[in-house]
Amino acid sequence: MKEKLEKIREEALGRIQAARSLEELNEVRVSFLGKKGALTELLKGMKSVAPKDRPKVGQMVNEVRALLEDALEEKKAVLEDARLEEQLKKEVLDVTLPAKKNRVGHRHPNTIALEEVERIFVGMGYEVVEGPEVEKDYYNFEALNIPKDHPARDEQDTFYINDEIVLRTQTSPVQVRTMEQGKLPIRMIAPGRVFRSDEVDATHSPSFHQIEGLVIDKHITFADLKGTLAEFAKELFGEETKVKFRPHHFPFTEPSAEMDVSCFKCGGKGCRFCKGSGWIEILGCGMVHPKVLKMCDIDPEEYSGFAFGVGLERIALLKYEIDDMRLLYENDIRFLKQF
Amino acid sequence: MNTALSWIKAYVPGLSCTDQEYCDAMTLSGTKVEGYERLDKNLDRIVIGQIEKIEKHPDADKLIVCQVNIGTKTIQIVTGAPNVKEGDKVPVVLDGGCVAGGHDGGPLPEEGIKIKAGKLRGVESDGMMCSIEELGSSREMYPEAPEYGIYIFPEDAMVGADAVEALGLRDTVFEYEITSNRVDCYSVLGIAREAAATFRQPFCPPQVTVHDNGEDVHDYVGVEVEDTDLCSRYCARVCKNIKIAPSPRWMQRRLAAAGIRPINNLVDITNYVMAEYGQPMHAYDLDTIAGHKIIVRRAKDGDTFMTLDGQLRNLDSEVLMICDAEKEVGIAGIMGGENSKITDDVKTVLFEAATFYGPNIRKSAKRIGMRTEASGIFEKGLDPVNAAAAIDRACQLIEELGCGEVVGGMVDVCEPIKPLRKIPFEPEKINRFLGTDISREDMLKTFEMLELSYDPATEEITIPSFRQDLEGFADIAEEVARFFGYDKIPVSLPSGEATTGKISFKGRVEEKARDIAEYCGFSQGMCYSFESPKVFDKLLIPADSELRKAITISNPLGEDYSIMRTLPLNGMLTSLSTNYNRRNKDVRLYELGNIYLPKSLPLTELPEERMQFTLGFYGEGDFFTMKGVVEEFLEHVGMKKKPVYDPEDKKPFLHPGRQADVVYQGERVGYLGEVHPKVAANYGIGARVYLAVIDIPKVVSMATFDRKYEGIAKYPAVTRDISMVVPKAVLVGQIEAILEQRGGKILEGYSLFDIYEGEQIQEGYKSIAYTLTFRAKDRTLEDADITAAMKKILNGLESLGIELRQ
Repeated sequence: MKEKLEKIREEALGRIQAARSLEELNEVRVSFLGKKGALTELLKGMKSVAPKDRPKVGQMVNEVRALLEDALEEKKAVLEDARLEEQLKKEVLDVTLPAKKNRVGHRHPNTIALEEVERIFVGMGYEVVEGPEVEKDYYNFEALNIPKDHPARDEQDTFYINDEIVLRTQTSPVQVRTMEQGKLPIRMIAPGRVFRSDEVDATHSPSFHQIEGLVIDKHITFADLKGTLAEFAKELFGEETKVKFRPHHFPFTEPSAEMDVSCFKCGGKGCRFCKGSGWIEILGCGMVHPKVLKMCDIDPEEYSGFAFGVGLERIALLKYEIDDMRLLYENDIRFLKQF
Repeated sequence: MNTALSWIKAYVPGLSCTDQEYCDAMTLSGTKVEGYERLDKNLDRIVIGQIEKIEKHPDADKLIVCQVNIGTKTIQIVTGAPNVKEGDKVPVVLDGGCVAGGHDGGPLPEEGIKIKAGKLRGVESDGMMCSIEELGSSREMYPEAPEYGIYIFPEDAMVGADAVEALGLRDTVFEYEITSNRVDCYSVLGIAREAAATFRQPFCPPQVTVHDNGEDVHDYVGVEVEDTDLCSRYCARVCKNIKIAPSPRWMQRRLAAAGIRPINNLVDITNYVMAEYGQPMHAYDLDTIAGHKIIVRRAKDGDTFMTLDGQLRNLDSEVLMICDAEKEVGIAGIMGGENSKITDDVKTVLFEAATFYGPNIRKSAKRIGMRTEASGIFEKGLDPVNAAAAIDRACQLIEELGCGEVVGGMVDVCEPIKPLRKIPFEPEKINRFLGTDISREDMLKTFEMLELSYDPATEEITIPSFRQDLEGFADIAEEVARFFGYDKIPVSLPSGEATTGKISFKGRVEEKARDIAEYCGFSQGMCYSFESPKVFDKLLIPADSELRKAITISNPLGEDYSIMRTLPLNGMLTSLSTNYNRRNKDVRLYELGNIYLPKSLPLTELPEERMQFTLGFYGEGDFFTMKGVVEEFLEHVGMKKKPVYDPEDKKPFLHPGRQADVVYQGERVGYLGEVHPKVAANYGIGARVYLAVIDIPKVVSMATFDRKYEGIAKYPAVTRDISMVVPKAVLVGQIEAILEQRGGKILEGYSLFDIYEGEQIQEGYKSIAYTLTFRAKDRTLEDADITAAMKKILNGLESLGIELRQ
């Protein structure tokens, strides 16, 4: 009995080692451990074993069975690995074949620029508000200290609907509408479409976008204006950006300024982009004129504030190096896809 | 405005800086320098030489050989110039020097033209004699230069001296951008005053004294101002025995640098004073003034007038005229008349310096259609005090230039001049406002430089008449800030109450619209808000449609941009058309933009502006692709119920059988469809075009960004497929309505998996197949549940004439 068992063990282990495939291995398993397998057959022969020896023989058989099962498992793992490896080899792809894309559309460069500006100011606690594009003359001009006969009205080449209603030439009327609501303090930006009767060319469009900003609170200073806009410029154009404020004139701010940023192409050394000056004019700003505050029922003795206006297209054109404004309104997909 | 720096320095003698320093400092103190140009750019090694001897060139008829004394030696120069003779003093470029341009006066090359000694037709030439064009200028500016040939200096020119200096070209012309509030800076004196304050140097304006001939101007002319509302001051002086001649070179140079062409002494004086004082002046030939009387009054409607440029102008009753006893002689502040214009024979001149009401001049100039340099200045509103100063200056120059004899006195018709404005001086408040710590003394020093006087007794600042822009505290603060330096003001961030940054709910809905459109392959376009009224015809909008009631712009850029759009389709179709014509394939665009719906016309109140989310595409995809985008959007703004599609509200611009309104909870939130082939043809698009328009305000009223987790089903689902034969007229929407009504709570969902018409299906019918999914939240469904639900559904379908397919 023992010899038989020994023989089975040797033979089985040999065949397990020799098995080349999982199928072959299975055959080995069946032929030794299956219902009609050699080991099972051997157990059937237990009757001929003396009863006192049976437990011992049983134990031996079980040991051999366990040994073979382990060996089978071990071999199975090896063969499985080999098979997987072979399969993986067959499945090699040319990874340089074209991608299958879900054709995602593209956002307009104006919107990308706007979202960036909004992100910066919302982060500083500003609320984004809107105002009408067809606007009352009063809000677009008069309440901004631009009375009926003011020459600034000509400068802005206004589209009129009638004497009282215009297409807004600037987003500044939203300042007035916000102040009129009387909720102080104010920190807001108002992006939107504005209109001026400029013929279409590479640098002009009769319809474009501005972003207005307004802060009204107690103790707001010109230094606050400088600090806020310098921060904005750094966020928008990069940490290295320097700003320069030059005196200017707007009817609704006093003192007024224009802000230049150091050229973000050449870093201020002077290039084609900044026409050699190292600086790029980016926005107009100033302290809200006391007359404007008064017209909105805000006491200039108690409150002060600053306002600024940025041309959205100007930023988009500069940032993305777009050389013709007309591209922004043609909607040629080959243009839009680049953003 | 262009001015030579030498002219500024004449009044700020202490000014000493490089051009760039001047440019930067002036810009930072508020007089923005747009640019500057050195007049001696590319002019190098050019001296005054005297021609000692001229001989013919041995081998060329048109050339001559000159021996030219250049002070240190005599050199030989070959030239083809026809105008030189022995003894002439001329500008000579030496070997290795440079001139600015060619003798033809064409555009100046950036690097100039280098001059080298060489041979001309075999004869040595050691340099070149120059024309005024080669020196970078023109006869316009140097009227004494010959029409063709070498510039010739006056006899007293010093041989060997710097020719560029002698021509007044060692100078720089600065171009300033003057803001509209600073009328006083449209003048050399105004800029010089700013320069003096910027560099803290004394300001020395010209001292004006007129000797006059002892006669009284009132014996020569009378002035009457009828319309004092439009003319607050009219000053008149008379000069007699006028001798017309060229003005002196220093005056010509200053005018030339300012871009004003020198003409003769009289014209030049008025131009010079206009540039210097910023006060336009006019000179009349007194002998043409009937009755020697000036009357200032409005014209009459329908009047016409011949201005001195020979054009007949149409007038109206708001145009202010200068008249004599019989006729009009000039349009006030805009242009003089042909009939009183100065000729070379003039004997007696009447000078006018007046102050007209700016807005009236501006509007008149616009209506008449002639904006002149004078009107451009008058319209800003001038200082009446300056009018008298300027006319005196002109008379002084008449005497100094020997141009004539000045009659004593001035006829001055003047409305009472407003008392000078006083503004309290509040240094602490200024510092608080600016965020600075500027000393009171520093502020006072700035005021002094700007001629703002301070009275310590009242603590008030008195504003001079020429600074009409200074009205109150903030203006004073700006003066302090400008001269302290904006760059020196510290930076800080606003303190005080914190505020929450936020984007409006509408803004969030729009953001979602952009996201979904882009995920679905649409790119964002932007279109104009105004368009042509012809678009209604292009879109087949009926003549009586409400949509045609659009707001009209009264002064549009042209008919194509004359109405505010009432629907957003034209922009989209035009953009798709642009792409189609450029052979771009499979184009998908979206736009978020307003339409403008008037409450009534003509407009009395602001129109309703409704943001429209418009999608359009051609190429890959169909009606249902678009429908999918619409549903994705609605779902992502929290409108998760199934929308209803109503095909009955026929839109003329859409395919009659391929369009539907999108109805959500009973509200029409938009529509979609295939563009009518005629409309597509009108836009030149030879492909099927699909559109969807969603009304954002409607969506905003129903959207929500609140989300709630509803759990994931624990019990298994049971599915049943049904295949039906359906009368063709029945819409899938009707079938689905039945499924929803009758499926009960356990009907979790349904999906259409087959639709078929044709062989094996009876004419007039279609085959439709659905998979229905049943599930209960709280238990495993049993057969009986499903059977009951199916029975109800089938009963319902039968009522639509639907049979189950066997």
